[in-house]
Amino acid sequence: MPSKTFRGGVDTPHFKEMSASSPISELPAPEKVTIPLTQHIGAPCEVKVEKGDQVDLGQIIADTDAFVSAPIHASVSGTVEAVTTTRLADGRIVPAVVIASDGEDRWHESVAPKGELRNLDADAIRSIMREAGLVGMGGAAFPTHVKYTPPPGVDLHTIIINGCECEPFLTCDHRVMLEFADEIVFGLEAMMKVAGAKRGLIGIEENKPDAIEALRQAVGDRPYDVIPLKVKYPEGAEKQLISALTGQEVPSGGLPLDLGIVVNNVATAVALANAIKTGQPLIDRVVTVSGDRVGRPGNLRVRIGTSMEDVFDACGGLTEAPERIVIGGPMMGQAVFDISIPITKGCSGVLALSAEIAPVVEEKPCIRCGRCVEVCPSFLMPLYIADYPHEASLEYYPLDCIECGSCSYICPADQRLLERIRLAKVEAEARQRSDDA
Amino acid sequence: MDSKEALEQEALSVSSSPHLRTHVKTPRLMFDVVIALLPATATAFYFFGMQVGAILASAILGALVTEGLLNRLRGKSCTLWDGSALVTGLLIALILPLKVPLWLPFVGSFFAIAVGKALFGGLGMNLFNPALVGRAFLTASFPIYLTVYSWPERAGAWMGESFDAVSTATPLELLRFEGVQTPYFEMFIGRIGGSIGEVSALALLIGAAYLFVRGVIDWRIPLSYIGTVMILAFVLGQDPLFHLLAGGLILGAFFMASDYVTSPITRKGRLIFGLGCGLLTIMIRSFGGFPEGVAYSILLMNAAVPLIERYTIPRPFGAEVKRSA
Repeated sequence: MPSKTFRGGVDTPHFKEMSASSPISELPAPEKVTIPLTQHIGAPCEVKVEKGDQVDLGQIIADTDAFVSAPIHASVSGTVEAVTTTRLADGRIVPAVVIASDGEDRWHESVAPKGELRNLDADAIRSIMREAGLVGMGGAAFPTHVKYTPPPGVDLHTIIINGCECEPFLTCDHRVMLEFADEIVFGLEAMMKVAGAKRGLIGIEENKPDAIEALRQAVGDRPYDVIPLKVKYPEGAEKQLISALTGQEVPSGGLPLDLGIVVNNVATAVALANAIKTGQPLIDRVVTVSGDRVGRPGNLRVRIGTSMEDVFDACGGLTEAPERIVIGGPMMGQAVFDISIPITKGCSGVLALSAEIAPVVEEKPCIRCGRCVEVCPSFLMPLYIADYPHEASLEYYPLDCIECGSCSYICPADQRLLERIRLAKVEAEARQRSDDA
Repeated sequence: MDSKEALEQEALSVSSSPHLRTHVKTPRLMFDVVIALLPATATAFYFFGMQVGAILASAILGALVTEGLLNRLRGKSCTLWDGSALVTGLLIALILPLKVPLWLPFVGSFFAIAVGKALFGGLGMNLFNPALVGRAFLTASFPIYLTVYSWPERAGAWMGESFDAVSTATPLELLRFEGVQTPYFEMFIGRIGGSIGEVSALALLIGAAYLFVRGVIDWRIPLSYIGTVMILAFVLGQDPLFHLLAGGLILGAFFMASDYVTSPITRKGRLIFGLGCGLLTIMIRSFGGFPEGVAYSILLMNAAVPLIERYTIPRPFGAEVKRSA
């Protein structure tokens, strides 16, 4: 039987061998962290500390009453040096708290184990999710507790743990699966409990047989399925993963919960397990440091707010000047021009790439080969949406684009398809809003 | 060195994701088509002799010179290396009969590139397949040269002809006007009358297989085209295998109908396009004034591509399936 997958997508080079075999190592608290107060999709947090305050590890430094949001915690213990602003990978400048570490990693008094899972009810777990500042760690950083608060009448029957890690170079999820398989299963168990779900699935690309084996062992005789998936980008995109595992399509403009499904990344499951077992909020994450310009590629556990510069320097620095530095994976991540940008909760990788791997390309005429149409996992016609600002471009369903970049990747004419599709999406969104108004 | 130091050497590039790009670029696709046409080119030499070289040179030179000159006139950068003009020139040569004067391929290529491509805006903008535009222009302007087919030098003795290249008819013409059935094997290997590059089904199929293996073309257009011709031939009480092997169907289906620029980009559209080509081909061959209809069928269907695409826009992922009332 051919392995499960979705329709469309591309075969990219993987570049995973550079870091896949290096175990997660701990980057000690840096001298200084710059913690952005906007690290997730949703409302920004309001700062709760002032310059000069002493803060402990895991102490809430910013929060909000808004529902679609998650609090932000101190990732080191020390002194608030400034309440200022910082740049994010996407170019936005947002409020941030700078904390000088005292090197003591003194836990805040609020950090305490939450008791046995069997004694926690759904509401309790949901509030642990929120208090711990959990967001989706696969990249989109959507607050986790929101996913588990479905509108009335929605029955969440299936929880999917996403272990695909289809982005080239990234191996952080792979290492997490190898080293924290039990925590993943514990996290899944907690998620099942919150949702009242009956089915638990763990989807992993077939190029990680060791991770599949590790998860199967961790699952043991519990009724969860570990399902190998075809190696293809973007297998780990939420809607494509659901399609691969269940054969169902999330409705256009809808969410997985419209199908009664919630998808969470493996790292989020581990974070939830930690939040329950030890009470630790999300103050660090595993980041893949890779690329052909990095001294020693590897997987590092990094405090939120550590600068990219500190992360690279902990991995042997850079061997040569890179063409590009990317936060996230090379397909969906953001190229940055400034390495003082801090690591946030959704940041799965920092890559330093040469021009051979990440070239600056010149657009040539489209030859209408149709490859972008063939590979589009949303079944769109990228070349016509990329005709934007031609009016007709908006008729080709730009808002169904998931921005995976398969079209630009496969284009033999190096057209910047996704770049222009993003512009079309902005316009289409604006019109949708004015139609609604 | 530490990262700050490294970054002082050179500025970083920033652009919208994705940051990886495939290595399969336009020139590779075009040169793959050229490679796929090599077996047919080689059999042209084998069956028709060295004169083939002169035709090739004239057609390819015509295409490249025209492309280069027009680039200069239009103030565009050089596009010769994208390989598309080379493909057009090569195809023009392969769809000509042996006994053409040597200025003729050059003129055909000139027209193909200048009118068939550049006037529409260059590569990717043309509505009609440039090589077929060139061929149609030549057929309309110099019909005498274009309708006299030569017998391959190595024709073999199945009809008792001499081994010299003498004027003769294509299998389609033989059947239509003289009621003579050409043996399958001769048609399969190419010992028949016809354009120099269309005669050998074997050589063309080897090239087509190469295009599939390299992922250059989609199966939908050639298969729906050929399938339609063969099924309709059967329905009309004709010989499907004969329709496949005689004339330009294989060359047309794999190398011209499947031309990226001038065919639909939707899956369904490709099937419809092939179906239309097949329908027109069998209509022209069976009921039209010409014995062969591949070139005109493809050109007519080229004109229908925007319409076909408009009606075959795929249903986006997760959009409700439209139910017909």
